[in-house]
This record gives sequence, structure tokens and C-alpha cells, in this order.
Amino acid sequence: MSQVIATGKAFEFTPENVEKAKVFIAKYPEGRQQSAVMPLLDLAQRQNGNWLSREALEYVGNFLNVPYMRVLEVASFYTMYSLKPVGKYYLQLCRTTPCWLRGCDNLVKVCEDKLGIHNGESTEDGKFTLLEVECLGACVNAPVVQVNDDYYEDLTPESFEALLDKLAKDEVPAHGPQVDRLNSAPEDGQTTLLEKAGDA
Amino acid sequence: MLKDQDRIFTNLYGQHDWRLAGAKARGIWDNTKKLLEIGQDEIIEQVKASGLRGRGGAGFPTGLKWSFMPKESDGRPNYLIVNADESEPGTCKDREIMRFDPHRLLEGCLVAGFAMRAVAAYIYIRGEFVNEAIHLNEAIQEAYADGLIGKNACGSGYDFDIYVHRGAGAYICGEETALIESLEGNKGQPRLKPPFPANVGAWGCPSTVNNVESIAVGPEILRRGADWFAGIGRPNNTGTKLFCISGHVNNPCNVEEEMGIPLRELIEKHAGGVRGGWDNLLAIIPGGSSVPLLPKEICDTVLMDFDSLREVQSGLGTAAVIVMDKSTDVIAAIERLSHFYKHESCGQCTPCREGTGWMWRVMQRLVSGDADLEEIDMLINVSKRIEGHTICALGDAAAWPVQGLVRHFRPVIEERIKNKKAVKAA
Repeated sequence: MSQVIATGKAFEFTPENVEKAKVFIAKYPEGRQQSAVMPLLDLAQRQNGNWLSREALEYVGNFLNVPYMRVLEVASFYTMYSLKPVGKYYLQLCRTTPCWLRGCDNLVKVCEDKLGIHNGESTEDGKFTLLEVECLGACVNAPVVQVNDDYYEDLTPESFEALLDKLAKDEVPAHGPQVDRLNSAPEDGQTTLLEKAGDA
Repeated sequence: MLKDQDRIFTNLYGQHDWRLAGAKARGIWDNTKKLLEIGQDEIIEQVKASGLRGRGGAGFPTGLKWSFMPKESDGRPNYLIVNADESEPGTCKDREIMRFDPHRLLEGCLVAGFAMRAVAAYIYIRGEFVNEAIHLNEAIQEAYADGLIGKNACGSGYDFDIYVHRGAGAYICGEETALIESLEGNKGQPRLKPPFPANVGAWGCPSTVNNVESIAVGPEILRRGADWFAGIGRPNNTGTKLFCISGHVNNPCNVEEEMGIPLRELIEKHAGGVRGGWDNLLAIIPGGSSVPLLPKEICDTVLMDFDSLREVQSGLGTAAVIVMDKSTDVIAAIERLSHFYKHESCGQCTPCREGTGWMWRVMQRLVSGDADLEEIDMLINVSKRIEGHTICALGDAAAWPVQGLVRHFRPVIEERIKNKKAVKAA
């Protein structure tokens, strides 16, 4: 399929990742090594600059003794596998209703105005890619943007712009809520679990 | 209001140490061996007696589900599979359990796995939860090192392993048979039932798939007694529940409350009330994106449990409360959900694959008003041809929000179409 990009460069796991791959395979019952296709694709993607080339897909298939087509089927079904290069900072911006109610459209606009990129596009310097994604599962901390592995929550256009400014300088600020708030507790303070313990 | 002493998830906000030492200080892994000595069948009986209904959305009685697993092996091992693919829009409770209370889930896996004679648990966590999976894996390492799981778990003589399997971004994998397909290394496309997973599940072996919260509350039910759990809430709707309150409230949050708490009380006590006051409320989706929304007049009095919400043609679902105030374009709010289901349809069944896209395109035109009045009925008609005509419930889940919108906000849709026509004619 044309959607897969062949680089002409061989791919193979580093010795360290070969060991990791063996640990993944050992999690599943004997003879069921195909179950490890997802963790191995993730491993390959991380080693390969966060995307999967045709060579990487073939390598994973060979590693598990699974036909290439089965690997491609999986790699093209799940949204977290990228079949083309992505920016150094992969911005996955949640667009589903709970984030939309809290203003995610304003965050999209920040990307357009500040970075000059729209959904699915990357900046020319290869630093940022924007993808509008469906619910990230952090709805009481909406709106949320996932940057590579980390969730930045309770964003405003201002705090999102500040985040992008830092990332542009390769500074990665602390993830989690970007307002003064303890995780998913009410911003004005907890209404429950007030007794000292919880440790009782 | 539920008392703090009756709350199970005492580290909901990550205010305490999530690692083993902190977990033990909160009573987790406290003489778990004694819980196992209750006996496999008796554990299942007690969970039945507690009235616990599945916390993943469907509300199926958990103890009954466990009882479907074979008691004698025909040579195949039994597996417990924990559904941690939390992806239902509005829902973000299992995330908190996994990152701040992972040992509570692991202890629950051992107890439930033991009761169902499982050799291992696989926790299927959505791929985006990278940091949550790291906590879970570290907690598993701690539990093995402390002899709590693995060979002779907790000194019980029972061997039990726990593994984490990360997904990679697919809502459909929260459907139990799609999850099993994914665990086997395939595309997440649901299987026909029967056979049910309890007979033919992961790798052809008997398997039971339970939500994170359902599994995590198990040990506390056994410690404090089924009567304690059954005494909270209302008959057939018992226990405590994690609620996620998002959208137009002053303080969006997660909170553990008793089942059956009035919706208004839940929002005003914990989420700081609706933005602009209760009278500024337009509508609420009470149980995650799949359940039909409720207009304010129903929200005024409805109770938050399975049976109460069913009586008003909605559902408790995952107890994810999405609040919309009067500034909301309610048609656009549901159009976003239609886009979600179109995006997440696995493509296997024609009514869902084609129908979700079709509904979304009509919804887009209802948002702009570029439609004919007859199309409202046509939309409902099409939604009924999707609902109940697919292998899994995603088709139903896509149909219900649209049906709810038309049921309660038809005049708003009609007015927009008429206004648009008037503008065009002018």
C-alpha cells in the first residue's frame, strides 16, 4: 500500500531493545508471540524517531515470525502508530465534546496562528506536528493536549502558547494541570477525603 | 453524602504515596491471604451479595459474571482480563486508579483471578496512558518482589501472574471481544457472541473481562462485608461509585460518591455548581458520550444510578457527567460525538461503518441549518437501522446521542433550519 514509506535503510532493534522485545514476548502464552506485535511496534517506533517505516514493519514481522500483512493490518488500524515521520513534539490535541466545551477550538487556533500548521501538518523545521485526536480520557482536566507521552491539562490559549514557546527552545515543562490544582481534585479545593488519613 | 470512611479510593487525587509502602499504609494488601481463605465460590457469592454491578458502562452484575467461568479446567487455563482501555468521552476515573492507586487494582486482580481460577491477569490499558502504565508496571514489580503476586501469592499457595498490555489508540478495544482480538495481536474488531469469552476468550481460553473499577473494589467489599457495600445506595444500585464531572461546571473533578446521589447535589457539592448557576443549565450527558442527554427539567430531580437514569431513557454508563450550560450549541456538541463514532467505528459491520459517517454528515448540516425538516425524521430512521444491527454496541452508542438530541431539542433543530431558509430566501 502506498501509505507505507520505504526508506531503503535497514531497520533492526538495538541490542537493548532485543532484550526488551524478548521480555514482551515472554508475557504471552507459548506459541502466541503474535500478541507481542503491538508492544514491538511501539518499541520500533520509539527507536525509529517516532514513526514506522516499511523496513521497521518488516523487521517486527520477521522478529515474531508473523506475515508482513498481519503487521501492516495492526499498524494501520491503531492511531498511535505513525506511518510517516512526525515532528519532534507531536501535539495530539483532543477535539471531543468535553474538551470542546472547555475551549479546545481556541487551542487549535493557537497552533494555526503561532505555528502555521493545521490538523495533520508539521512545521517546516520538523519540530511540531499537530493532530486533532478523539477523547484522551482526562475530561475533568479539559482541554488537554498530549505532547509525545505526556498530558498537558487545564490549558488556556495563554498557557498553551507558553508551552509551545518552551518546547520551541527544547525546554519541556512539567506535565499535568497547567493551573494551580491537585490532579483531578476540584480547583477550589477537595470536597472529600478531608480526614487526615485516607490512611486509616 | 458519603462519609470519607466509606470511600474506597483514598488516594484519588494522588495526595498520598502510590507505591507499595503508601498503599500498605492505606490498608491495601492487608492480610490478603485471609481474603483468599474465604474460598473461591464464597468470594463470588459475597460479590453477588454486595450487589456490585459492572463499572465499565453496561452494569452487568459482577459476581454473576464471575460465576460463568468454568470451575474445572478441561486443560485450558482461565484468564482474567482487566479493561483499562478507558476511552468513553467524559470518562477519566480508571486513569486515577492506575496512576495513584495501582496496588488496589493489583490486589483486586489477585482476589478476582483467584475466585475465577485464573492463572493470570492481563491489564489492557489504553496506549495514550503512558505514564499510568509506568506506574502500573512499577507496582507490579513491587508486588512480585514482595511475594504478593507470582508463585504462592501472599503465601496462599496460589500462583498468579499479572501483565500489562498497552493498546495503541482505538476506542473499540474497550469492547470486550475487540479487546481480546487486540490482546492476541490483531486489529480490534469485535467477535460474534456466542461463544462468550467465559467459554472461548483470549487465545481460545475461558476469559472474563472486567472494568478496572469493578476489580479494584473487590478486596474492600470482602474486608468490610457485602452488607456494608449493599447498604450504600439503593436496592439493585448499590455501593460507591467514581463520578467524573466535566464541561460547564465551576470545578470539574472526579469524586467518589454513593450510587443514587441526586445529579444536582453531585454537581453542586463537588463541582462548584453549573457555571452561572443551576438555572443556566441547558443539558447534561449523565453517563459518558454513549448515553442520551437530559434536558434541565429532568436533571433537576434525577438520581445517579442505573435504574433511575434508565427510567428517563438515558443511562448511568460510566458515570461520566458532561455538563452543558445555556451558552452551548447543543447540536454542535452532539455533532462532535457523531464525528467521534465515525472515527472510531472499526469498519467491520456495514450499518455502523456507513451509518456513522452518514449521521455525522447530516449532523454537520443540522449544525449549520443547511437541511430540510424531513431530514430530522430521516436521521432518526437511519439511526434505528444502525441500532441493534451490528456485532457490537458501538452502533447503538452512535445512535443514542443523536436520538437523545432529537427527543429533547427538536424545536431547536427546526428553528435553525427555518431561520437558515428565511435568510436564504431574503
